Amino acid sequence: MSGGDPTDTFRQEAQELLEQLEQILLDLARTPDNPELVDSTFRALHTIKGSGSMFGFEEVAGFTHHVESAFDLVRKGKVAMTAALADIALAGKDHIRNLIERPESADAAAGQAILARLEATVGGHGAATETKATEIPAAAAPEAAKAHWHVHFRLPEHALATGTNPLLLIDELRSLGTATVTPLLDKVPPLEALVATECTIGWDIELQTEKPKSAIEDVFLFVMDEMDLRIEEIAAPKPAAAPAPAPVVAAPPKPAAKPAKTAAEVLKSGSSIRVPAERLDNLMDRVGELVIAQSRLKQIAAASQDGEFKSISEEIERLALELRDTTMGVRMVPIAQLFGRFRRLVHDLAVELGKEISLTTSGEETELDKTVIERLNDPLVHLIRNSIDHGLESPEQRQATGKSAQGHIHLSARHTGDKVLISISDDGKGLDRARIRARAEENGLVAPGAQMSDSELFQVIFQPGFSTAQAVTNLSGRGVGMDVVKRTLDALRGSIDIASTPGTGTEITLRLPLTLAIIDGLLVRVGQGRYVIPLSAVEECVELPHEEEGRASGRNFLNIRGDLVPFLRLREMFNATTPPDKYQKVVVVSANDMRVGLVVDQVIGDHQTVIKSLSKLHKGVGTFSGATILGDGTVALILEITHLVARGQRERTMKLAS
Amino acid sequence: MAIWQGKRSLEVLTLTLQGEKFALEASRVQEILDLVNVTEVPGGPAFLNGLVNVRGKVVPLADLRLKFEMAPTPPTIDTRIVVINVLLEGEMTTVGLLADKVHEVTEMPAEVLEDTPKIGMRWRPEFIRCIGKHSGDFIAVLDIDRIFDEGDRGAVAGQTNVPAQDAA
Repeated sequence: MSGGDPTDTFRQEAQELLEQLEQILLDLARTPDNPELVDSTFRALHTIKGSGSMFGFEEVAGFTHHVESAFDLVRKGKVAMTAALADIALAGKDHIRNLIERPESADAAAGQAILARLEATVGGHGAATETKATEIPAAAAPEAAKAHWHVHFRLPEHALATGTNPLLLIDELRSLGTATVTPLLDKVPPLEALVATECTIGWDIELQTEKPKSAIEDVFLFVMDEMDLRIEEIAAPKPAAAPAPAPVVAAPPKPAAKPAKTAAEVLKSGSSIRVPAERLDNLMDRVGELVIAQSRLKQIAAASQDGEFKSISEEIERLALELRDTTMGVRMVPIAQLFGRFRRLVHDLAVELGKEISLTTSGEETELDKTVIERLNDPLVHLIRNSIDHGLESPEQRQATGKSAQGHIHLSARHTGDKVLISISDDGKGLDRARIRARAEENGLVAPGAQMSDSELFQVIFQPGFSTAQAVTNLSGRGVGMDVVKRTLDALRGSIDIASTPGTGTEITLRLPLTLAIIDGLLVRVGQGRYVIPLSAVEECVELPHEEEGRASGRNFLNIRGDLVPFLRLREMFNATTPPDKYQKVVVVSANDMRVGLVVDQVIGDHQTVIKSLSKLHKGVGTFSGATILGDGTVALILEITHLVARGQRERTMKLAS
Repeated sequence: MAIWQGKRSLEVLTLTLQGEKFALEASRVQEILDLVNVTEVPGGPAFLNGLVNVRGKVVPLADLRLKFEMAPTPPTIDTRIVVINVLLEGEMTTVGLLADKVHEVTEMPAEVLEDTPKIGMRWRPEFIRCIGKHSGDFIAVLDIDRIFDEGDRGAVAGQTNVPAQDAA
């Protein structure tokens, strides 16, 4: 996939930078007087501009330059940072993204409009925005006397590889005033050990300038984090006699400072690497096959009398499972990635709808499989839009009911067992039961007068074509979407719960499996076929009472500790032709707080299952969510529990109604 | 209707279904396997009622005899699975084909290939790409993409109380 195209690398990097930039700008919109954020904005913009022009994205570089200049003025305190400026910068950021991703469709006029707004906001310094950043202090600094500075700097060894050119830094220093430059060669290795691409030279510079210290620091703005830099003011003007002793003076503090730095650098560069997701997928596939092969080995070992063979098999089992866990860990990414994107969404929606909304998040560090995270984006966007559009009232309505004008949306994520719960809660008006019910009856989704619990009623929202919004807005109310949310969640083997209190708000909780690739399953036999039931859904296994066994279908209910549990005879569903086992077992499974029993011939045991999806040719078969390969190489189907439970519950509803 | 217009030779794999000889474009064939354990998919389409394990991948197994309304017979020692790639909704999908017997890979020169006649055949003409003549026999070259096309997949195995369709 990733060819050698360097512009792809740029695109990818720019994408990350833009995402960062978005977060920073959103923070900035809230706390405009934070100078660190302004600096970070400036740095991000500068990097985009620099690498943009390096890779031939001239338009990107040109446009970014203007935004960068504006922030330079802010950084210098010439223009006050405001939320409005952050907003313009956000629009600018979107434009930059367009320029990078779809240069052919990016609208130049839109870019001009943003620049015009920028100009208007930055105001009187409009002309200055055109000036190069480094020249501004020259024009504005009202410095009187020349000061003498001793600048000592040493770049990290890999500085050249990252594109830093020390000569340019020195030239820039020279442009500030009169400079005497002395190279420090003490760290340069002997010729045979010299690596030409490593920067081992340090510099001592005596600088006479009328500029303030910050002007000198600015020269090193983009390399400051990693380098060794000291800027000291020298009291008396000294002639250029200093150079010779300088290295000696400079040397002692260095060894102390340097090792600590390199250690930090090593840690920093070792902490993460970028790997194409495709390779991870391949790795996961191989590990999956290893787990299958290992379970075959385990079966053979179990039948063997050879103690040594058994112990090797156990060893391999341990290693395979550890490898599986590690590999799965590699695919895990914190959900913060996903939550971060929603801040912008909420910000934009609030502006668009004229509502005041605050967004809080918790549990951003919760990790989920990368694939799950990617596929969750759309459903979550939809749910958040719904909460904001339908859930939260307008500021006036809120005040009328005694709430604060500002609505509140909370996103949270947490682990429970092998599931991750993600919830979106708002403090809006809550779901209107009567209206949902009326609408559902109107659409024939619910029988008039049928008894339903709240959670059953709320599930109606996920039916295709259901919408209670009185006015169709740009955002929601067209009746598409919630069913798509439900379908995505089903495909991810997740579920949705809704809890709502009229007047105080709604909480929508998504339950998701940690990973898509491997599940623990319960292997059962029905007739001649073997099937896997996801272990997470299994509540208990009981024997089918004899009196139930003989009964004709139609009265398929079990009494489990006083609770009426419908059961499905899988033999009938799967058309088993072999004679049934004498003692039929019932595996009780649950989904969406509802239970159903599955009658099987035999419960074989637990089984590590690598999920293989069914091909498009079988997508119409709702009873199965996928397939897996058993130890003997046979394919076994994995039961889709949500589907089966819904089926069982329908029978129960029918019985209760009759 | 698929009409054979490409006037060029075709490399094909010949196989037998229920005593009748057919051909497949050889370029679509991935491998030929002995019959392995087949897992039935309850509620699946009748002619696509099985799943097999092909090198760690779960692959649907098609019985074209059912598609062509032939009576299925139990497998024999000659039964093979022909693993082919089918273009399905724009994506190549691996599918296994059950064959009573697999013969050879052979070249059919352009001059022996003819358009599919619209009448006079036992099977639906749209499933046949062209007719070729080989060692004195007429052999139908199958249009496998058409055979697995969505529109023809509706027929569910002739069983009752199958839950496949009441998912909604």
